[in-house]
Amino acid sequence: MIQDNASFFAQIRPVLEAEQSIGYDLIVISDGWELTQMIHNRWLIPLDRTRMPNFTKYAGPIAKDPSFDPGNTYTVTWQAGLTGLAYDPRKTGREITSVKDLFDPAFEGKVGMMADNTELGAVGMLALGNTDQPNSTPDDWRAAAELLQKQRDDGIVRQYYDQSYIKALENGDTWVTQAWSGDVFQANNSGFPELEFVVPEEGVMLWHDNSMIPLHAAHPVDAMEWIDFYYRPEIQAMIADWVWYLSPVPDAKEIIATKIDDPTVANSPLVFPPPSLERQFREYYTFKGVDDHEEYTSIFDPIIQS
Amino acid sequence: MSVGARLRRSIVPYLLSLPAGLWLLVFFLIPLLTIISVSLMVGNPVEGFNLTWNFDVYPDAVSQYATQYGRSFLYGGISTLIALVVMYPVAYWIAFHGGRHKSVLLFLILLPFFVSFVIRILSWQFILADEGIVLGTLKDIGLLGEGVHVLSTPGAVIAGLTYDALPFMALPLYVSLEQIDRAHVDAAADLYANARQRFLRVILPLSAPGVYAGILLVAITNVGDYLSASILGGPNTTMIGNVIQTQYVQNSNYPLASALALMLMTTLLVGMFLYPRTFGTRRLQEYT
Repeated sequence: MIQDNASFFAQIRPVLEAEQSIGYDLIVISDGWELTQMIHNRWLIPLDRTRMPNFTKYAGPIAKDPSFDPGNTYTVTWQAGLTGLAYDPRKTGREITSVKDLFDPAFEGKVGMMADNTELGAVGMLALGNTDQPNSTPDDWRAAAELLQKQRDDGIVRQYYDQSYIKALENGDTWVTQAWSGDVFQANNSGFPELEFVVPEEGVMLWHDNSMIPLHAAHPVDAMEWIDFYYRPEIQAMIADWVWYLSPVPDAKEIIATKIDDPTVANSPLVFPPPSLERQFREYYTFKGVDDHEEYTSIFDPIIQS
Repeated sequence: MSVGARLRRSIVPYLLSLPAGLWLLVFFLIPLLTIISVSLMVGNPVEGFNLTWNFDVYPDAVSQYATQYGRSFLYGGISTLIALVVMYPVAYWIAFHGGRHKSVLLFLILLPFFVSFVIRILSWQFILADEGIVLGTLKDIGLLGEGVHVLSTPGAVIAGLTYDALPFMALPLYVSLEQIDRAHVDAAADLYANARQRFLRVILPLSAPGVYAGILLVAITNVGDYLSASILGGPNTTMIGNVIQTQYVQNSNYPLASALALMLMTTLLVGMFLYPRTFGTRRLQEYT
């Protein structure tokens, strides 16, 4: 079973280190420390763009040339998503517009934060107005950590959640929480229409789940064709209409609106973001190496686990 | 006796213990030695780990995670005691008054095992939600203030640990109570012991092996548990199991994770070793 990026990576790393095939031709990993290590260790097969005409033709701006893999050398976005805020307006009694609302003492014990240190650090920096996080420094991280530590010490944080944050929001355990866009959309359609996803005024974190081909894959060319197949608008339309995350192919919108006839998804700014929303997208910091990652971890982990 | 027969007699016991010995070697000793050597390595997942006999990892681990260590033993201890106090009467009742329904009653105690622990603990998360069926109702009729919550508190974590421990505590207690020769109890009654004396001076001492085994079984699992804290806990309830999991899986800090796990194991082993000595009789050790 594949649970998350970290444990999956822990499984495949020893095999790749032994220079053997991990048995997959195609894997999907989110941008983050694990992907960075895959690239640094050259454990991925570079993509042959001549075999990927659909990507070249249909990929939208969110899929092209991401900061963690310049020029899409090794990866192509499968789906993307946003980490913003979600809240229950009946509980908060007011509109939530800013990541600073996560630090409001009025919501003491009712704020959900993410246990993932990348997400936690990112929102801490956003709260301090840091919108250029790929260029952030350890000083920025420490400033964010200080803010987050205070939020924790003041009893504002209910819990540092994994995927279960959305259940906590649905159950009323939290009123405001860090949230992934697709989850909130799904909650809206499964009995919790009152929950709202917010793109905070400071910006919203954009993440990508990326297709890639591990070294020693048995059928790399087939994998490339498959990755490219996903970029046909009619195929992408089917995926986007099912998973409700950001679609990397803007042309799929038209097909969802007409052929699939699902205007809710076609008109959702969280599946097909308008340019005004795209300007709000912020990128994560990409780790430069092990020491860099260790420093980051040592700054944010004590907040999550104490 | 011939030389051959004597030789056979002297090596046969060793041959017979070979499977068990091999089992211990392959599944306990070798992994244990591996963990010890990993804990003394220095390095990182990208450049690899090298054995440098870095003993500093142990004091570092203690200074970094003393709180979580202490908390694990505190939560583990409290939950074990509660489970004992709750389950002793239950086991007693089944053993002495269960009659022909004993096996049905035992089956009922074991019934929760048919559902995965993760699912059961998630159900508690649902039941104890701030506006769930329990707290929500109590708040609606005004018995509880709006701000009251159970989840994310130490109480919720200890309750989760206790809940999981109940059957493990009940079974050894039941076995030892069931084995008590009723003639002893009758004899005590014949000698004018009242009900209280019969319990305190006959039944309780004779059930000591069950108490011992129950405590051992429950305390060891509960001190190292991480599910309860991660599902029912809050920002200040992290246990050492959670730290080990994060260090191992998320951070790939294998030396630190190994050192923490070894220290936990050693502390528990020392406890296990000292425990029967403080608890008393030789019989206890024979029992285990």
